[in-house]
Order: sequence, then structure tokens, then C-alpha cells
Amino acid sequence: MYKVILPFRYLFQKRISYLAFLAVALCVFIVVVVMTVMTGLVTDFKQKNHQFVGDCVVGTESLVGFAYYEDFVKILEREDFIEGVSAAIKSYALVSPSGTEQNTGVEIMGIDPVRHSQATGFGKTLYYHKDDVSKAFEPAYNPESSGLVAGIDLMLMRDAKGRYAYEADPVEMAFAVSCFPLTAKGALVKADTGLVNTETFYYSDISHSGLARVDSSMVYLPFERAQLLCGMAGPAKRANTLHIKFKPNVKLAAGCEKVASLWHRFADEKGGDKRADLLKKVTVQSWKNYRRAFIAPMEKEQTMLTVMFALVGITTVFIVFVVFYMIISHKSKDIGILKSIGVSNGNIIKLFSGFAFLVGLLGSGLGVLAGWFFLLKINQIENWLFERFGFQLWDRTIYVIGDIPNTIDLKVLAVIILSAIAACLAGAFVPSHQAATSAPVEALQVNQL
Amino acid sequence: MSQDDFLLKAEGIHKSYRMGAAEVKVLKGVDLAVRQGEFLAIVGASGSGKSTLLHILGALDGPDKGIVRVEGMDLSRLSASELNEFRNKMVGFVFQFYHLLDELNVLENVFLPDMASKGILGWLASRGRAKKRARELLTQLGLAERAEHKPYQLSGGERQRVAIGRALMNEPRLLLVDEPTGNLDSATGNGILNIFEKLNRAGQTIVMVTHDERIAKRARRIITLADGKTENRRTTSE
Repeated sequence: MYKVILPFRYLFQKRISYLAFLAVALCVFIVVVVMTVMTGLVTDFKQKNHQFVGDCVVGTESLVGFAYYEDFVKILEREDFIEGVSAAIKSYALVSPSGTEQNTGVEIMGIDPVRHSQATGFGKTLYYHKDDVSKAFEPAYNPESSGLVAGIDLMLMRDAKGRYAYEADPVEMAFAVSCFPLTAKGALVKADTGLVNTETFYYSDISHSGLARVDSSMVYLPFERAQLLCGMAGPAKRANTLHIKFKPNVKLAAGCEKVASLWHRFADEKGGDKRADLLKKVTVQSWKNYRRAFIAPMEKEQTMLTVMFALVGITTVFIVFVVFYMIISHKSKDIGILKSIGVSNGNIIKLFSGFAFLVGLLGSGLGVLAGWFFLLKINQIENWLFERFGFQLWDRTIYVIGDIPNTIDLKVLAVIILSAIAACLAGAFVPSHQAATSAPVEALQVNQL
Repeated sequence: MSQDDFLLKAEGIHKSYRMGAAEVKVLKGVDLAVRQGEFLAIVGASGSGKSTLLHILGALDGPDKGIVRVEGMDLSRLSASELNEFRNKMVGFVFQFYHLLDELNVLENVFLPDMASKGILGWLASRGRAKKRARELLTQLGLAERAEHKPYQLSGGERQRVAIGRALMNEPRLLLVDEPTGNLDSATGNGILNIFEKLNRAGQTIVMVTHDERIAKRARRIITLADGKTENRRTTSE
């Protein structure tokens, strides 16, 4: 019972114990806040990347695209693990507001808005047609004309707080979109072949994906119009990518494997056809692999941050070690007394381990509570700092970040608390072991600090 | 006299310490025998090794050479857990500087040896009995009113009485006392010695070490420790 009573008394009756307690609380507070914000940013970024594409992407990086995609879409649609498939055209274009000479280079994506919303999160990114994506390319002011959906940063300005100045309805604007149509062999289509490479579209909606590059350079066009502009509407129609959404119970890797298997069989069957060579460049990838170039740097930053916090953790262990060394040196006399009444070395180690456990548990508890409260108010604090001193954690005119993420991940929290307790136990073990294994007489005669 | 007649018997005890490069031989073949119910004082000058001898007799330290037997049991043959049990049940220590735990109150300090000998469930089952005995001891020692006080709230004499209570908690066969009045004024010290005399009259075996001849005279037998060896001087019957 003394192994329960004494740790509590050591904790609450010795001022030096508060040092260890506060050191743990402070470290846990910092780790909880930074890890929550960073994990939130990475998770949010991944979600947005996932929302931008399907669960699985069949496609080619080549602007020429690949043929026979319609046949493969039909095969996919017969599979019961697939919820939606959307073919897309991807290319580059010059956009200029009608009546001006100004050109802006953009990426274009030709999509069927309904199918694309079934396969990706496209519908959720719209502002005016969120509830009826089928009309995404129908400008409210001129429903008969072809519309375009522009990345939000191409159309609207953000204020210093990162808020967009939305209009109640899209402003009437026409844009001339000029593409670079390519033949199936990859050559630029000659000017005298009759292919259209410039067309006027009317601004019908904006897309806010939350991905800086997409929002500042992407223009969505109706699928057939984009296919025509890119020279892909010939006898063997071509597309660049197929976005595939799996049913909810399908695991990503298993779904992608099935799609890959279907694709290889399909490509083999089409092997003798005229445009079969284009199929060789097609890959089947999960959304994570498809967007790896964008996600990987963020994950690297997170890994670096984790390593940095591992160093913070080591520092914490050292601080706790020093504090415990002081506390246990201070308690040498107690150890001698306990030994003189027959307490074993093992029980002395257990007693101080219990003390360390308490310091770890209560210290991390306080750190978590403080971190949780701080995170709860982090956006209000940032707003206050911005209004009072003009300080922002991230400049919202540069970074596509709305509110600072503050949703605490319980798994991360559990790992932090367990690590803090482990750090305390590790910090306490050496001095308590050293003190416990000393001769009782030595322990009784040690001068207290 | 056979071995069975003695509660404690030490034979040929040697102990030395290293002080830098030099080896200081403190005990050079000490022989000692204590009967059940004796009150023995070991007198010696400061640094003569009397505390070292007391620690060896109570298994707080081991001799370099020699044998200590308590009730015929050779302490050097005991395992670590048996030595812990020996220190918990067979002997009670009273130190010059009291050595009480500051975080526990007086009552808790007294029943600590009983608590230390039991697991949580064992303690919960027997704590009523242990607290009752601790309160009885405090009453005998005149500290019933101080049971809930912390050691720092007590005078030196009171602290020493608490230490005596703790030493007696598990009804040890042998009470080992190290300079019990060394830190007290003479009146308070006298009160402490009265307690030891009373305990001895009740049958408690006591071995006390002191440098003070006047204090030693309160014991029934005195042994002098000089030059690392013991010398019998007198008993009360002489």
C-alpha cells in the first residue's frame, strides 16, 4: 500500500515534483498542438486530393490520350464493386476574356459533370450548382450557351483572412478558349484540317477544390467540347483519364487490383486494333499513387516534423531524467529507511516507477487539456492576433488554408500520452534503480541535496 | 553455553572501508553474544566502528569476514528476500537522526513496517488491526495526541519516540539503537532512555551503541569497542 500512498504524497507534497509535472505538461501541450495542426493539414490536403480524383485512375500522362475508353467504361460499369466511372480530357489551353487581347495559360479538364461528381468530389467543389451538378455548364444568365467552370482563384479575390468575395450569381462573362489539338500520333493538327481549336464559353460556376494549383489554373469544360478542342473526337475517340469510384465496402488496393486485371485483359483483347499502341502508356493507379507528386512533399514534411518531435521527446526524457535524479537523490534517506524496515529493491523501483507514472499521467493529462483548450480557441486567437497585430500563422493571400485544423485525433492523443508516460518511466528508471541497489547503509548516510 | 542460549551471536567480525588509496580496518575480529531479554550497550569513541557493528548485526550491511547468527540463523546464508523479511520482522532500528518519512504522519510512520510487509489486499484486510496497534504504541509513548501530525511538527524527543514506535510495530526480537539521545537535550534524552529501560523490563532485547558513558550505564551490560575489538566491562549483576 505504501507503493500507492507514497507516490501521491511525493507528487503533491514536494515542490520539486511540480517541475517534472510541468515539464511533461508543457511538452505534451506543444506536441498535441503542433501534431494536431500538422496532422490536420496533411489529412485535409489528402482528402482534397482524393476529392479531386476517383478512388482509382486509369489514364496516361500523354496529352494524346488513349482510344477505346468507351468500351472499357462499359466493362467497368458491369462490375458490382464500382459505383461510378467518369472519363476526362486533360490538356492545356489559352483563355482570354472576350473582347480583350489578354491570354492566360490554364489547364483544362473536359468532364461530364454528373458522371464526374459520381466518381469524384467535383460536385462538392461547386458554388452555384452544388445541388444540381447537371447544370454546372449552364450559365444562369444564358442557359443555352456552353458554360465553363473556373478554378476559384481564376475568378475571385481573397481577402487577408482568406475569404472570397462571392457574387450572388455568376457574372456574365465570355471566354475564348484556345487549345492545341493533337493527332492520335501526337502531332499538332494542321490549321487547314477543319478542326476547331478555339471556342467561346460562358462563365457558369466556380470550383473550390482547396488545392492551390487546381484552384488557380484549372478550367472545366463540357466533355464533348473539350474532346473536340483537343483533337480527340475523331473516329477512335480518345480520353486522358478514367476516374473510378468504388463502392463503400471495397478496399482501395483490392479494387485497384481488380481494375488493373480488367484493364490488362481489355488491352490484350484490343492488341490488334489500329490505336492499340496508345493503350501501352496507360497505367492503373490508386488515387494516392496518382497524386503522389503532390502528397509526398507534405508527407515528408510530416515525417520531418515527427522526427523533430522525437527529438523533443528525447529532450523531455532527459529533463524528466534530471528532475527525477534530483528527486530521488533527495529521497535517498527515505530509500534507506524503507530498506531498514525490509522493503525490497524491486519494490523501491516500483514505488518510484509509480511516482513517475503519476507524473507522466497527470502531466500529460494537464498538457492534453491545455492543448485541447488552446486548439478549441486557436482560430479565435489567430483572428484576435490578426486584428490586433496583423499577425497570421499562414498568410491567407498566399496559402489555401481556411481555418487552422483543430480536430484532435484520439489515436494521436493516445500515442502522445503513452509516450509521455514511457518517457517518465524511462527517466525515472536509472536513478531509482541506482538508488534501490545501493546498500541500505549508504542510502541512510547520503547527504540530502 | 550452547548456541541456542543466545538470541544473537557474532564471531570474528571484520570490516574495513576504503578511504582514497588507504584501507581503514574498522572492525578486527569482533566477538559478541546477546541473550534474550538483555539490554546491552556498546560504547566506543567516535569512529570506533560501533555504528558499523550495529548495522552488521541488523543486516543493513555485511561483514568482510565473520558470522552473525540470530536465533542460530546465519545471516550470510539468507537470500535477499529472506534478509528483507529479517529486517522487517526480527529487528527494529532506532537511529540517531530518527529517520522518519516526512510525507507520512506520525501514525503512518509507526505502522509503515506492517504496511511494508503486506500487499495491497493484505494491508486492506489487516489495516484496522495495524492501526490499533500503532495507536496503542503511540499511547504508551505518550504521543496519542500527535498521531495525525507530520514529523516536522514534532520536537526532537517526540520524533525519537515515533521512531521507537515504528521499530516496535512488528514486535521484533531485537531492538538495535544507534546513539538514541545524540540529538536531544539531557532531559529529553533521559525520557527516551526510560522508555528503553521499561521496554527491557518487559522482556525486549536491546543493543544500543553510544559514545556516552553515562548513557551506557543505563544498560544492564556494557561492552567497549576499541581498536576494532570488543571488551566486556560489567553487567548489572557485577
